Parts: sequence; C-alpha cells; structure tokens
Amino acid sequence: MILLTRKAEFSASHYYWNEKWTAEENERVFGRCANKNGHGHNYTVEVTVAGEVDATSGFVVDLKELKDVMEREVVGVYDHRHLNKEVPEFAKTMPTTENIAIAVWERLDRKIPGAKLHRVRVYELPDLFADYYGEP
Amino acid sequence: MRAYLSRRYCFSASHRLHSDAFTADQNRAVYGKCNNPHGHGHNYVIQVTVGGPVNAETGMVCDLVDLDECVQREVVARFDHTNLNFDPVFQDRVPTTENLCLEVYQLLKAGFDKAEVVRVRVEETSNNSFEYPICGR
Repeated sequence: MILLTRKAEFSASHYYWNEKWTAEENERVFGRCANKNGHGHNYTVEVTVAGEVDATSGFVVDLKELKDVMEREVVGVYDHRHLNKEVPEFAKTMPTTENIAIAVWERLDRKIPGAKLHRVRVYELPDLFADYYGEP
Repeated sequence: MRAYLSRRYCFSASHRLHSDAFTADQNRAVYGKCNNPHGHGHNYVIQVTVGGPVNAETGMVCDLVDLDECVQREVVARFDHTNLNFDPVFQDRVPTTENLCLEVYQLLKAGFDKAEVVRVRVEETSNNSFEYPICGR
C-alpha cells in the first residue's frame, strides 16, 4: 500500500454565523469571522489516496483522473464562490476549515477509480489546516 | 465526525548541544558545530495538531483563540528569545530538537483541555523536523 497526494487550489469567501445565537454571541465566538459581509481565502486542498501500485502502469491512481475528479467535484463547485450562499452543503453547516475538509471527503469518497481516499487536508492559511480521515 | 486541526507557531531561541557525559572530544565528534561553546540559534516552527469531534454549533474542533492562548502561554512565552540550555527542563537533558519536541508535547498535553493534543511537530530549520508521537494521524 502506498499513499499518493494531489493538491488543488480554490479561492472563496465565507463567514461564520450561527442563526440560533444572538449577534453578540456570534461576535464573541467567531470574532472577525462573523462579519456578515464575508471575507475570503486562497484555500489549498490536499487529497491523499491509498492503493497498491499497478504492476503494468506503475501508478496507484491515474493522476489525470484524480485531477479531473477533484476539479469536477470540488474546485469547479467552490472556486470563486461564496461558500455560505452558493455551495449547498454550507447552507446550514458552518464553512469552517474542519467542515470543508469533511465536505470535500464526502464529495470525493468512492469517486476515485482504483484507489481509496485516505485523507483530505484543507489549508485555509499556510499556518492553519484541517485533516479528515473519514472517521465518524 | 472527528477531524484534526493544525496550527503553526514560531519562536526564536538559542541552544548548544553538549553532554556532560561525554569528553570534550566526544562532544565535538557527536555534535560538531552544534557544540560550539557560545551556542547558536534557530527560528523554530511548532506545528500543533489537535483532534476531536466537530462541534455542531460552531463547526470547529476547538476555538482557535483558546489554542493560540495556550500555545502562547505554555510554549512561546517560555522559550521565545531565550537560551534553551538555561530552561529548567534542559538541566538534565540536551536541548536537541527531539527533546524540545517531547517537552512541547508534554506541556501542551497538560495545558490544553479543549481538544486532544494528538501530535507536535517541531521544525528546527526548513530541512530538519521532528514529530511526536508517531500515530496514523
């Protein structure tokens, strides 16, 4: 078994706001992220798949196929969008880095030919990232 | 759903690698220029990974403000712009980055209770890094 990782980037805006809370609570918990006009990031997504090396091709997975799946399922949906307003899974779920990692996993799981998803890592900033391994 | 959050912090410190259990020649042989008598310094990067269920109300594993405060208090304020050899914990241990990594892990494990501290990675330079503990995550 070997791990292979491919990166992709997208730029999007978001904000954090829990409708069950007062404005004061939202501002206390989320700070500047609670500005309802939103703000943005250049996100980097690292998708790691696990599999055996094919004896003929020498590949774990066809990188072009992986790139196409990531483009279709994630970058094409998230890039230059407002995550809260334009991406369905964040209509009711906070688009935190943790939840984006989970959402990317759910978008990619079982869609990568020949390999099993191992980890999704989402960088919101170079010094801040979240990992999801499909754990319940 | 359990997720992991990692955040990177920096501090600058000096150290000298020297063991009283070795002769001067042995120290020189083992530690090379890291044994130079007056020490040298690094910009250390501490990458802290915490894990836990994503809170349904906040969408977060933990509040970053809490993590930042803890790392600042327990690690950065303690080591930044200091000589590691003078820190109490390094009186009987050489301040290698292996030992620093273990110490930072213990400090954060004891000092942070908002999520599980699962791993600490310390980068001494862009070429050298150390992680503890070894785990699949």
